[in-house]
Amino acid sequence: MTDLATTPDHIQVADLAVSYGRHPALGPLSLTVRRNEILSIIGPANAGKSTFLRTLNRMIDLTPHVQASGQVLLEGEDVLQMRDVAALRRRVGIVFALPLALPLSIFDNVAYGPRHHGLVPRKEMPGLVEQCLRQAFLWDEVKDRLKEPALNLSGGQQQRLCIARTLAVRPEVLLFDEPCSGLDPVSTAMVEETMQELKSDYTLVLVTNLTAQAARVSDRTAFFLSGELVELDDTAKIFTAPSDQRTEDYIRGRFG
Amino acid sequence: MTSVTKQKIAFTILGGITVLVALPVLLIVGVIVKHGLGAISWEFLSTAPSDGMREGGIFPAIVGTCCLVVTAVVVAVPLGVFAAIFLNEYAGDNWLTRLVRLAIINLAGVPSVVYGLFGLGLFVVVLKFGASILAGGLTLALMNLPVIVTASKEALDAVPQTFREVSLSLGVSKWKTIRHLVLPNAIPGILTGIILEVSRAAGETAPILFTAAAFYLPGLPQSIFSQVMALPSHLYAISTQVPNISLETRYGTALVLLALVFIVNSFAIFLRARLRAKRRW
Amino acid sequence: MSLRTRLTRIWEFLIEKAILLAGLACVLFVVLIFVFLLREGLRTFSHISLGDFLLGRKWYPISSPPRFGILSMICGSGMVTLGAALLGVPLGLASAIYISEVAPPRLKEVLKTGIELLAAIPSVVIGFVGITVVVPFLRVAFDLPTGQTALAGAILLSLMAMPTTVSIAEDAISSVPRRYREAALALGATHWEYIYRVALKAAAPGIVAAVMLGIGRVIGETMAVMMVTGNAALIPHSLLQPVRTMTATIAAEMGETVKGSDHYAALFAIGIVLFAITFLINFVADSFLHRSRVTLR
Repeated sequence: MTDLATTPDHIQVADLAVSYGRHPALGPLSLTVRRNEILSIIGPANAGKSTFLRTLNRMIDLTPHVQASGQVLLEGEDVLQMRDVAALRRRVGIVFALPLALPLSIFDNVAYGPRHHGLVPRKEMPGLVEQCLRQAFLWDEVKDRLKEPALNLSGGQQQRLCIARTLAVRPEVLLFDEPCSGLDPVSTAMVEETMQELKSDYTLVLVTNLTAQAARVSDRTAFFLSGELVELDDTAKIFTAPSDQRTEDYIRGRFG
Repeated sequence: MTSVTKQKIAFTILGGITVLVALPVLLIVGVIVKHGLGAISWEFLSTAPSDGMREGGIFPAIVGTCCLVVTAVVVAVPLGVFAAIFLNEYAGDNWLTRLVRLAIINLAGVPSVVYGLFGLGLFVVVLKFGASILAGGLTLALMNLPVIVTASKEALDAVPQTFREVSLSLGVSKWKTIRHLVLPNAIPGILTGIILEVSRAAGETAPILFTAAAFYLPGLPQSIFSQVMALPSHLYAISTQVPNISLETRYGTALVLLALVFIVNSFAIFLRARLRAKRRW
Repeated sequence: MSLRTRLTRIWEFLIEKAILLAGLACVLFVVLIFVFLLREGLRTFSHISLGDFLLGRKWYPISSPPRFGILSMICGSGMVTLGAALLGVPLGLASAIYISEVAPPRLKEVLKTGIELLAAIPSVVIGFVGITVVVPFLRVAFDLPTGQTALAGAILLSLMAMPTTVSIAEDAISSVPRRYREAALALGATHWEYIYRVALKAAAPGIVAAVMLGIGRVIGETMAVMMVTGNAALIPHSLLQPVRTMTATIAAEMGETVKGSDHYAALFAIGIVLFAITFLINFVADSFLHRSRVTLR
């Protein structure tokens, strides 16, 4: 256990396979996610990208008839065997594709998680909320209207609010599930900037259908196709000299 | 005949029939208000019947109905809401869920008089509650359970699934998610169901006829083991069992019962309209 | 793990078990109702065969020897129900079509609220209006010795079934997908042709369920029927004769029986018959409803 924190691998996935009922959706595949990197996962629809992401914090449990086998080691502990799923999800936070603000005030959206975990005393909550909103680059836009309903915010603001809300439970890994699919280019740029800033404190896994986004923000990129991991390498290498023909076809196709 | 003329004729006939269907509501209310209003006085509402029910008021019946309704609500609401939470939030797609669903459909279809039989058999005879507020209230509670379960389940179902996903993804436990996020958003819908239950429970006769209702009691109930008079059974008694009661007293009693039920119902309709106007997701 | 987290865990465990229990309780109640009806009612069949019970023409529960034949009540319930269905189904379906397809939005809300209020009127109040208005009217209109007839019951019951029938049928017609309408209108059909050629066919399972649930409501209805049908235990030959239904028999006689007597048991046996009939109707109606949801998705 002692040298775990010093190894570069934050999450080790070994022979992971996921199926919905009798339909295999993913794997078996193995890969590692390094500490403080942004790992992008690209690939066409039905490649198993979201399934993979949702396995990392067991959100797949919400889907009926889902089965996962293999190992997903988070700091050496197998995620698939964990009994306290709530504790796991506090360590591995997720930001969804669509900005999903809860029907609460801006403040309460961010305070929602820590409040239910009793994470900080009541007095310190405003400080925590401010800190998380700053980290998500939203503080300046909302500091004067924290009591307003979060649903009044624009889509891009709501998405950054969701990031702040996820940060508020103090996770160690952040999962992004196509976080910019509903956003305009300006908001997308802001979310990408946020991710870059977060890299120093968190490990990030990003599923994206914008191939260019993966090229812009990530350190390493994985290409998924039909539930299979085709290739995983440094982003620069994937986009310049992929070793697999299918990766090249996909990237070329996307770039025209 | 052109198809447009045909359409005109068809729609006119349909509209006429609809008026024919809606008319009786107005007629019933109109007749009762017209003949009953004269009987309503403070004395009528606040005194017990006297002279073999020919004189006096209906106060004990009003109190009795309130006691029965309160008992029914206290029992049925927690049970019904919990059952709805089970069906909507916890139950998977398996035989147990289907069994519970089937049970609720069936409970909703059992005739009111059969509930009366069951209440008599279980609460009055076997559990020895006697004919009492408790036995009648429990019978009414059972009978109205499906209303509460169905309304609550619909209200829970209307809360978007994504809210639950967000909450769970933040590591908040399932129960806390339901308690602090899902329920608050479903409360207006659940309340509507509860209010509808109140109005139904207040008007039911057959289930309390042999589990709670007394023909005549001058005093007020002492405990939940007391037998009571109730508005619907009182109306039944004075309109079929006792001769020579003035029509005005009968209409007056019917008016009080009808007014009670309508007031409660309009509250539910109002609440639902507000909820629809307010909801943003 | 801190004490607080541990207590929270225990609390949540207990709550979740309570929720499960509440779900199971619903099943338990149905079983209990059935068991109690059987427990009290089955004794009847130790001294009378099922055939004699169902098909016996004589109901003399307190003479000696007593006779427990409920054919006249089954016919009574059947006749009142049939009459209510003949009156109520066409009217109810017409209103459902009008409300869902034709009525302008504001009128639609008014009509729906009216139907809802109709559902809220207690059956004893409807029965009361039945005795004071409908019964005297029928006596004069048909020149009868008494207005307390199957027809009076059928009129009131068709009214009471209306909310169930109209609201479920309206729901079924409204939930026919938009694209059906658009396709029909694009092909040059008038709105009315769309309604009776397309919408009614697509909504058929829901409409069948609406009619069945309305009938289920009618068979089980007690107070209004008891107050206006005269309660003569005779096999009726026309709608203009007094009849006695199964529900009215239970409600009228249960108060006067000795608990545990043969008469008491016979009334519970009638309860079993009612329970079985309504169970069947609701079960079938629900499968139709389910089918309509699946096909219209």
